[in-house]
Formats: sequence, structure tokens, C-alpha cells
Amino acid sequence: MGNTGHGETFLFWVGSIISILGALGLIFSKKIVHAALCLCTVMLCLAFFYMAQGAVFLGVVQIVVYTGAVMMLFLFVLMLIGIESQDSLVETIRGQRWLAVPFVLAFGFVLIGVYAHANLPEFVGTDAANAKGGGNVQSLALLLFSRYFWAFEVSSAVLITSATGAMVLTHRERTVPRKSQRESSIERFERWGKGEKVSLTGLPNPGVYAQHNAVDTPALLPDGSPSEASVNATLRGRDTVRGFRPLPLPGARRNGAAVASRGDAGNEEVSQ
Amino acid sequence: MNPDNYLYLSAILFTLGALGVLIRRNAIVVFMCIELMLNAANLAFVTFSRMHGALDGQIIAFFTMVVAAAEVVVGLAIIISVFRTRRSASVDDANLLKY
Repeated sequence: MGNTGHGETFLFWVGSIISILGALGLIFSKKIVHAALCLCTVMLCLAFFYMAQGAVFLGVVQIVVYTGAVMMLFLFVLMLIGIESQDSLVETIRGQRWLAVPFVLAFGFVLIGVYAHANLPEFVGTDAANAKGGGNVQSLALLLFSRYFWAFEVSSAVLITSATGAMVLTHRERTVPRKSQRESSIERFERWGKGEKVSLTGLPNPGVYAQHNAVDTPALLPDGSPSEASVNATLRGRDTVRGFRPLPLPGARRNGAAVASRGDAGNEEVSQ
Repeated sequence: MNPDNYLYLSAILFTLGALGVLIRRNAIVVFMCIELMLNAANLAFVTFSRMHGALDGQIIAFFTMVVAAAEVVVGLAIIISVFRTRRSASVDDANLLKY
């Protein structure tokens, strides 16, 4: 069997360790965004492997299409629906998770055993095949537009169908007319009149400060405590509201020592 | 280093992807694990292309990427529409087809 050069050996061992760690991170990380970043790492490592093996075009396509487009799509969908960060622990099929581990391990051993026992031929290398067309891209194009021409045409049909399908699936027809500001205000007052707890004036804006003015920064109430209602419920659910020290009140600063010595009682007095 | 190691790496990555599909419940994570399996298969294709000195393996890997891109678009659209009706991205909650 032909051996690789020292550079590729180094690249392989570093990249394989990083990609296996990334794959483990994808499986076991609790937050989905971390899982997506781990998958990005694996894909980048694989792109380097493609380039090291003479598939330069595929390496670039891997970065552009997978790491660029596909992962961006994943992150976009996460932004839309990623409110629940936790996986449900309820098992529909009892013991499925614990059963899955030995089965998958057995599958992995079978797969590796097949490779270990296969009578793999000597590695030829892609240099001769790449040189035939005058480069990797040209040689791929020669094959793509001759032998694989029909597959190429069919894949374009697949892409168009999938784009149309995605639009049809996510399209939502508005069945009731959109409520105007006036109508929703009237509805709020009606619900308030029935004794429901609704805010008549609408919810307060997030805080605007010299250091932060993002939507995850809560506004301060007159007593200096952060207002829960000023931050989006999604951010509160994800627990990503920016924490900060409440600003000291002018009165509290003047007799700060007295407030500190009295502890909670002093704070309550201020808030009232 | 023997270039066979790329094949072992692809087997390990495929196995980890399969493990993720089986033990995670969130539809998006399951989907990302499927992408990991497709990538592992692509690595095997590229390695076999190098082994045989022919570019057909790279062409197949290229088509795998095209199909994976189409699959991601439709799959994420399905996840979004399921989320809209059931307010959940868990694969266990989408069990309406049973009845």
C-alpha cells in the first residue's frame, strides 16, 4: 500500500481527532447552536481531507455548499423555532436509547471489520486522472457533461422541485384579516373589562443604555429593578437575558451605608 | 500513514451520526446527524476515488451534495410546518400519522 507524505499524515491525525470530537459534540451538546457549530467543524475538517486527497473542487464545494449554505439554513431554522433548548427525556419506545448504543457500536465494529478484512487494492492516486483534463475541475467537468450528463440534468430537476416544495410547505395563507392597532387595543380593553390580567398600554420597550441597547437588555423600573415584561418571552425562556447590576438610586447613594446595613428591608423601603 | 485510515475515519463518523439519530429527540439535531452520515459517505467516496485513480467517486460525492442540499431544504420546511401546527420540534410529538 502506498503511504502518504508526512504533511498529509499530520493533517490526517489532527483533523481526524478534531472531527471525531466535533461529531461527539454534535451528539452530546445540550444547546442546538453548539451542535450546529460542532457539525461545522467536522465539515471543515472533511473539506481539508478532500483537498489533501486531490479532490480540490469538492473541498471548495464542501465549504461553500455545506458549511456556507446548508449550515446557514440550519441556523436560520434554529432562529425560527429554537425556543425549546432541552431535549425531551420521555421515551416513546421504552429503553430505546440504551438499546441504541450497543446496536450502533456493533454496527460500527462490523463496518470497520469489513474495511480491515477487505482486500483493498493499492492506492493509485488522482494525479493521473486530474492531469488528463488539465486539472481537477476540468477533468470533473469532462466526466460530468459526458458520462453523467443525465444525472446532472435530473439533479437540476431535483433542485427546482425541492425549492418549490419548500415554498409550498412553508407558505401560509392568511385566513382572517390582520388586526389593526385600533382593533387589538379595543380587544385588550374588552379582556381587561372581563377581569383578565392584560397590559392595557402594551409592553414596555427593552432598556437603552450607554453600554447595551439590544433586545435582551431589560428596562429598569422606577425602583431600579429590571422589568421582566420588557424582554421578549422567547429570550426569557432561553434564559439569555443580559444580567446587569441595577443602577444605584440617587437616594440610595446618599445613605448607601444605612441601606447596606439594613439589607433587604432597606431595599424594600426604596422600592415602595 | 496508510490512506486506508480515511475509510476507518468515515466509518467512525457514520457510526456516530447513526448514534445521534437514534438517541436525540430534537428534529433539527437528528437532521444534522443525517448530514454527518452523508458527509462520512462522501469521505469514503473521495477515498475510493483516490484508491482507484478515477474521478467517478468524486462525481458521485458531488451528486450526494446536490441531493443533500435539496433534502435539507425540504426537510427543514417540513420541520417548520410541523412546528407551526404542534409547537414542538421533537420527533416523538409528530405521531399523528399513527391514527
